[in-house]
Amino acid sequence: MNKISRRKLIYGGVAAAAGVGGLAVADRMAKRYGLIPPDGRGVYGPGETMTYACQRLLTVHMLAREFPRSMISKNPFANEISPPTDEFKRLQAGGFRDWRLVVDGTVAHPLVLSLADLKTLPVRSQITEVACEEGWSYIAEWIGTPLSGVLREAGVLPETRYIVYYAFEKGLWGSIDIADARDEHTLLTMGMNDGDLPVPFGGPLRLRLPRQLGYKSLKFVTHITATDDIKKFGKGLGSVDPEYGYAWYAGI
Amino acid sequence: MLYTGGVPAASQLERTKTRRHSGLVRAAHWLTFVAFVALLVTGGEIVISHPRFYWGEVGNVNTKPLFVIPIPSSRDTVPTGYGYVMPDQNGWSRYLHFEAAWVAVLTGLVYGIYGVVSGHFRKNLLPERRDWSWRAYGDRMVQYLRRKPPGGTEETSYNVLQRTAYAVVIFVLFPLVIWTGLAMSPAFTAAFPWTAALLGGRQSARTIHLIDSALLLLFLLVHVTMVAVSGFRSRMRAMITGYGRDSTCDSREGR
Repeated sequence: MNKISRRKLIYGGVAAAAGVGGLAVADRMAKRYGLIPPDGRGVYGPGETMTYACQRLLTVHMLAREFPRSMISKNPFANEISPPTDEFKRLQAGGFRDWRLVVDGTVAHPLVLSLADLKTLPVRSQITEVACEEGWSYIAEWIGTPLSGVLREAGVLPETRYIVYYAFEKGLWGSIDIADARDEHTLLTMGMNDGDLPVPFGGPLRLRLPRQLGYKSLKFVTHITATDDIKKFGKGLGSVDPEYGYAWYAGI
Repeated sequence: MLYTGGVPAASQLERTKTRRHSGLVRAAHWLTFVAFVALLVTGGEIVISHPRFYWGEVGNVNTKPLFVIPIPSSRDTVPTGYGYVMPDQNGWSRYLHFEAAWVAVLTGLVYGIYGVVSGHFRKNLLPERRDWSWRAYGDRMVQYLRRKPPGGTEETSYNVLQRTAYAVVIFVLFPLVIWTGLAMSPAFTAAFPWTAALLGGRQSARTIHLIDSALLLLFLLVHVTMVAVSGFRSRMRAMITGYGRDSTCDSREGR
C-alpha cells in the first residue's frame, strides 16, 4: 500500500508541476504572440483567451464560408437600429455625398475619404452569412472595398496591432486585431445584393467581418484608428461591447 | 463501532470497502457536472434571446421556423405573442458558456484518453459481450419494472442498461453537442466548413445542439433519480471517496 501511495504521490507531483509549468509557459507565449484578448481577464479571462488564441491560430489564413448566389436570403432581417438623428437625416437627404471616413492613428498618411473616394478603390464582393449572437442568421452578397487596401493607402505602420472603428452614433465603437483587419473578407461595405447598402443594414458604410458574429460588423462607420495599444481606448477592453458584458472577440 | 456483536463474519467481509471509481473518473465526473450545469443555465439564457428553431443554413424572424419554444424572449424583435420582454442575460451567459465548454472539453479529452488506455471504457462502460442481445436488455428492463433489488455484482459493476446509457452519453451525446456547438462558430467553420455542411447548415446545427442538450438534461434527471433510489449516500460516497460499501450500511449509519 505504502509503495503505491508513494508512487502515486510522485506521479501526482510531477503531473501538477508539469501542469503549472505548462500554464506559465502558455501564458508567456500567449502574451508574446498577442493571443490574449483585450477583455481576457477576470473570471472569464481563461475561457476567452483559450477561445481567441485557438481560433486566431486556426483561422489566420482561412476565409469565412461563402455560399452560392441561390442561397442569398430573400427576406433578410436587418435587426433594430437607433432612430436616425437629424444630422444623419441631413446626410441621407444629400445622398451621403458628405459622408466621410477618417483614417488615422499609427498610419503614415492619415486620410479623409468620401464614399466616392472609397469606390475608386478595388471592389470586392462576398456571399456570406450574418450570424447573430442570439442565434438567427441570413445570407447576403456584400460589396465594398477591403479594409486592408484602405490601410495600405494610409500606410499603416508596422507596430499596429489593432484597428479601432467608430460608428456615426456616439459611444458605439469596436476593434479587431490586425489579422482580422488583413482578412480579405473584411470589407468596408457599401453595397448589398447588387444595390446600395440600405440604411437598416448599416448603409452607407458598414464594416463586414464574416469570421465573427454580427455585432462585430459595425453599422454606419465614420472613423478608423490604427493603434499599437488598445488599452488607451475606452475602458481598455477593446470595444464598447465588454462594457455591456459582451465579449470583445465574437468568433464563436 | 459499526460492527457490534452478532454480525456474522461473512457479512463483515462483504462490508469491507470496495474500490468503485478511480481518482481520475471522480475528478472528471465532478468537473463535468459543474461545467454541465453552467452550460445548461447559460444555454437556456441564450435560447431565450431567440426561442425559434430552424432547419438548414439560415433562419430568422422573417423565415418559417421548424418549431418555436412557447416562452417570452429577451429581445423585442422576436414575435412571441407575450406582451413583455425578458431581461437580456446573453453577455455573461456567452462568456460563461464558452468557459464551461472548455472545462467540459478538456476534461472529456483527458477522460477519453484515460478511458482507452486504462481499459475503463472496455471493462466498465461498453456492454459486455454476453449482453449483446435484445433479450439481455429486455430482462434487465423487466427487473427494473418489477423493482427487484439489484444483485451483488451491481455494487461493483454496471448492468447492460446502465452501460448503454453511459456509453450513449459519453460517445454520442457529448461529442455531438461539442460538434454542433462548434458548427455555429463563424471562425471555426472558416477553418472546418464541413462541420456545418455535414449537419445541413448552421441552423440545423443549432437545432441539433438544443435537442442534444435536452437529451443530456433528461439523462441527468434519470441518473440523479436512479442514484437517489438505489442509495444516495452510498453512491455519493463512492463518487466522492472512490469507495463503495454494501448498501445495507446506509441504514445502519444513522444509528
